[in-house]
Amino acid sequence: MLYDENQAAGTVRSLEETDFFHKQTRIVLRNCGVIDPQSIEEYIARDGYAALYKALTDMTPDSVIETILTSGLRGRGGAGFPTGLKWKFASGNRGKVQKYVCCNADEGDPGAFMDRSVLEGDPHSVVEAMAIAAYAIGASKGYVYVRAEYPVAVKHLGIAIQQAKERGLLGRHIFSTDFSFDLEIKLGAGAFVCGEETALMTSIEGKRGEPHPRPPFPAVKGLFESPTILNNVETYANICPIILNGTEWFAAIGSEKSKGTKVFALGGKIKNTGLVEVPMGTTLREKDIGGGIPKGKKFKAAQTGGPSGGCIPASLIDTPIDYDNLISIGTMMGSGGLIVMDEDTCMVDIAKFFLEFTVDESCGKCTPCRVGTKRLLELLNKITEGRGTMEDLERIEELAAFIKENSLCGLGQTAPNPVLSTLRYFRDEYVEHIVNNRCPAGVCKALLTYKIDPAKCKGCTACARACPAGAIIGSVKNPHKIDTEKCVKCGGCMEKCRFDAISRD
Amino acid sequence: MDEKGMIKSFDMLRAVKERTLPRLDPESGGKPRVVVGLATCGVAAGAQGVYDAISTELEKQGLNDVLLVRTGCIGICQFEPVVEVSLPHQSKTTYVRMTPEKAVRMVDQHLLGGNAIAEYTIGAKQ
Repeated sequence: MLYDENQAAGTVRSLEETDFFHKQTRIVLRNCGVIDPQSIEEYIARDGYAALYKALTDMTPDSVIETILTSGLRGRGGAGFPTGLKWKFASGNRGKVQKYVCCNADEGDPGAFMDRSVLEGDPHSVVEAMAIAAYAIGASKGYVYVRAEYPVAVKHLGIAIQQAKERGLLGRHIFSTDFSFDLEIKLGAGAFVCGEETALMTSIEGKRGEPHPRPPFPAVKGLFESPTILNNVETYANICPIILNGTEWFAAIGSEKSKGTKVFALGGKIKNTGLVEVPMGTTLREKDIGGGIPKGKKFKAAQTGGPSGGCIPASLIDTPIDYDNLISIGTMMGSGGLIVMDEDTCMVDIAKFFLEFTVDESCGKCTPCRVGTKRLLELLNKITEGRGTMEDLERIEELAAFIKENSLCGLGQTAPNPVLSTLRYFRDEYVEHIVNNRCPAGVCKALLTYKIDPAKCKGCTACARACPAGAIIGSVKNPHKIDTEKCVKCGGCMEKCRFDAISRD
Repeated sequence: MDEKGMIKSFDMLRAVKERTLPRLDPESGGKPRVVVGLATCGVAAGAQGVYDAISTELEKQGLNDVLLVRTGCIGICQFEPVVEVSLPHQSKTTYVRMTPEKAVRMVDQHLLGGNAIAEYTIGAKQ
């Protein structure tokens, strides 16, 4: 816990001395908050571009791929596909066909911001890694697809590319070798679906950002119908340290099947919000570097994987977090957003929140996603408004399974996950909404009633003055009453009451 | 090789590294380094105002040898704006939840006077 332990009389003066920092292993974030991201010199001073030099002068393209393959690095965008394998698939016919290297910086999961942080704080690490990837598969051109909502990231990346070109670290005959590589930024317009690989490449081509079926996979037929690799920002940020320090060093960090570290964006009901980088296989309990939950509330669950993921309930708090374990408990790594929820969070409401997001962001190309998610949301709305039936739960499960199986791309295939996961671990909460018309966490407005306890009410009129709907009746020094017909359930009265006379159920 | 020239060999790369390292490590360079977190999270918390205040105060006090640097996000969102001060022969100090006023005091007391302000640091009771 960050500040509690360090209160020891102000002896701790720097971040490096805090527990928050000690428990981390910083590979991806090695330069973030340390160097000036607008200075290529400071990046070079921290061994920048040494990995590119080593790859170009000391390694064959195949040995670069072999190194990434044996390091065990898996894609940090969410699905966890082995990065080396992806490169290998795209490595045929070097020098004979046009190929592309792309970077997915279209970070769209609510609550995740590690890619932004890397691009803002250490943009050269992505530029250098993309050049190494291009050398490995035999590409000469690369694109970084970054969302326009990240102006600082776009600016810093643009400066980095410009500086690398001026210094000859991008362009023709890099380090006096035969290898040439050029890099360009493409701005995304904020569509969540453009984080999906086929939609992203379609968008770079200047077309409407919609996915298309795979196969053919991008490694065979990607951008402009050419073999293409697409990796996430965080994946690229791992490449240079692996090249420099070797596979054994990297493979020694993490769990058996998930090597290295993962950056998590801690958010929600937690004291220390922020970015932490910990070895794969760390448990949520160990992530206590988050400092615990404010106001002494109880941990209920953590949401991982954003709108494509699910939750980790309190009973599974000791699950080592890696790709495979998360899949087995019904969620996924996703990009690493970790939203902590306490007892005041309604799980039906959370499922609804994420589903509303996917309904908004569905591109509409395929029916299961376009119509299915909308229908699923309507069923959830029914439940949160007290109109649900037990049969609705079965309908939800049936529809969710159908959407997962039949959607065209990852967006639809994972959209029902938050619903299925909350239903799996918090079914009793759904049932409570349906059978007893009650929201145990006190979140779903339609199911709440506010009451004034006449024995506690002193008739101070504070609540009546705070009520925006004029729903509180009563005279001074006499117990007040709430007109439930008029009440808009804003909770304003409860906050104002100094006598704890107002309750909610 | 000139300052901004092409880097065509390992020796050239190493030359840039060796020339720049003192900037990152005041211990070897002898110059104080003040780092302000100016990623989106820092800016949202008001770090630009803190940066400007430090810059103005440094000029006012004639502290021309202090290296004022913009950096990215160090990961402690709830503590932004964050300012880190490294002086030669002193361990690094991390100041948190800075304001332009606190920043001016930091320049005067820490950079000019040589005494870190413990109550503004990350270790202080918040």
